[in-house]
Amino acid sequence: MSQSKLTANQLLNLAVVTVTASCGDTFLARGMKLVGPVSTHHLGELVHALLTPWVAAGIVVLIGFFASYLTALSWADLTYVLPATSIGYVIMELLGHFWLHEYVSPWRWLGIVFITAGVGFVARGPSYTDIRQVTQKIEEKQHA
Amino acid sequence: MSQYPHLLQISMIGCIVLWATAGDVLIASAMRKIGDLDRIRDASGIPGAATAVLSSPRFGLGVLCMALSFFSMLFALSHGDLTLIGPAAASLTFVTNAVAAKFFLGEAVDRRRWLAAVFVCIGVALLAH
Repeated sequence: MSQSKLTANQLLNLAVVTVTASCGDTFLARGMKLVGPVSTHHLGELVHALLTPWVAAGIVVLIGFFASYLTALSWADLTYVLPATSIGYVIMELLGHFWLHEYVSPWRWLGIVFITAGVGFVARGPSYTDIRQVTQKIEEKQHA
Repeated sequence: MSQYPHLLQISMIGCIVLWATAGDVLIASAMRKIGDLDRIRDASGIPGAATAVLSSPRFGLGVLCMALSFFSMLFALSHGDLTLIGPAAASLTFVTNAVAAKFFLGEAVDRRRWLAAVFVCIGVALLAH
């Protein structure tokens, strides 16, 4: 009913989903911090924000994320892609701790353990449900 | 907000999660119907793959739901507690997506996938601490 083998290209695609989601959000956040608060009376500032290097880079990276996410959903289940790519949260925390020397509380470490375990559960299972085979099996059971 | 703060926050989180789940399920359904994008790209190039995706009404509806989720999030963040709404919405979406994928997409959500969804949900919530 389910297929588990992913090719090297498909695994690379999942890695791209993970990295681009984290990097895109970070770039946007950094860019918007540099722009500062945008008032509802001056929405034109949002257009200006789009032209700043960090925000523009964030948008380009998030377009890459969306393209790779759509590609992943064309050959893997939603319930496989979402948990499998959530390892991005862990990468962000570890980068923050070891690269930026940010404090990671015990609760956050526990969160990292939970997410890693969740990714481990889903990664060891099948990636795609063949709906035709599921339907065929149900019909066979009904006829039996 | 002042009279029923919890009820309002729960409603806003529910709204974000509902639209995000609808968007994810519709987009996943559209991609399943379109087929393997890698093969389409090999056969007709990136423009062919882009046309296949962008001409799908289900994909358009999914993107609309994602946009509604995004604006619900912006509205919620301007009225509620950022440290509660962001992680709560992000983590709950993993579980609601698993439920919706089982019933609407017919995915084989076995015990392993339920555990994965619940573990990631708890993990994302803990990262907010």
